[in-house]
Amino acid sequence: MYKVAVMGDYDSIYGFATLGLDTFPVNDPSEAARILHQLADGKYGIIYITEALAAQLKHEISKYQEQISPAIIQIPGVSGNTGAGVTGVKKSVETAVGSDILFGE
Amino acid sequence: MASKQITPTRMELTKTKKKLVTARRGHKLLKDKRDELMRQFLELVKENMELRKKVEAGILSANKNFVIAKAGMDEATLNTALMAPKQEVNLEVGHKNVMSVDIPVFHATTRTADANDIYSYGFAFTSSDLDGAVKSLADILPDMLKLAEVEKACQLMAAEIEKTRRRVNALEHVTIPDAQETIKYITMKLDENERSSQIRLMKVKDMMLEEAHHYSEREA
Repeated sequence: MYKVAVMGDYDSIYGFATLGLDTFPVNDPSEAARILHQLADGKYGIIYITEALAAQLKHEISKYQEQISPAIIQIPGVSGNTGAGVTGVKKSVETAVGSDILFGE
Repeated sequence: MASKQITPTRMELTKTKKKLVTARRGHKLLKDKRDELMRQFLELVKENMELRKKVEAGILSANKNFVIAKAGMDEATLNTALMAPKQEVNLEVGHKNVMSVDIPVFHATTRTADANDIYSYGFAFTSSDLDGAVKSLADILPDMLKLAEVEKACQLMAAEIEKTRRRVNALEHVTIPDAQETIKYITMKLDENERSSQIRLMKVKDMMLEEAHHYSEREA
């Protein structure tokens, strides 16, 4: 049985705890990387991570990109939407097609 | 082609011909796989984008609600209210095979069936804004789970498409032309050998006849 984790700064994620997701408030990138590896090796199938934190953990996240589990999904934090999530989707189109033919502007 | 040494023998020719047939078949199969993967990927990625926009908008408005809720009550009360969540989400991860790509299928179950168990606090000391904030977040949770599933599938399929595309290109532009070139080289070499031995035989025959009948002396 897998669980769902949420990582990011406390203000962005504390609400998710009420829904029954496990929250891991963290600000320091190296500490976050350690937690991320722990979660990924553990019993977490989905890890939501705020865009702000994900930007600092690009290298760690890309390691899990081609594995089936966990799914690491970026969500906007309380400080606003940086557009990193949408960029990620565009990037996968670019990988597959060669250039962004769907959402390119 | 010319750089590597090929022995122009019939054995090598048969081997190369077999290799060419296999490469052609592999190329066709991989091309079909790539096309089908691409079709499914494009469908999925559109869904992914829609879901992502929906979820991002949902989280944004939920965050706004939380900020308002937080403003209306003191931090300690809020922390106490959210300290011990009643609800728990468990996730079952299944697998689905799409054109030999394993993609995850998430099925989330909550510990209790009661939808009101997301409120982990008594209503006496908290503002009603908090209830609204928690509710708005709970409403987008199904979409968030769906997003996780779709986005992961997209990432996996994109990686697989890239790999398949490289293989198709390698077969089309390297392996197959190489094999064709080799076959051409060997056939030409074999033909050449045959011609030269034919000429040699004719020459020997001429020499033997000359020995026997002395044509050149008679003509002179």
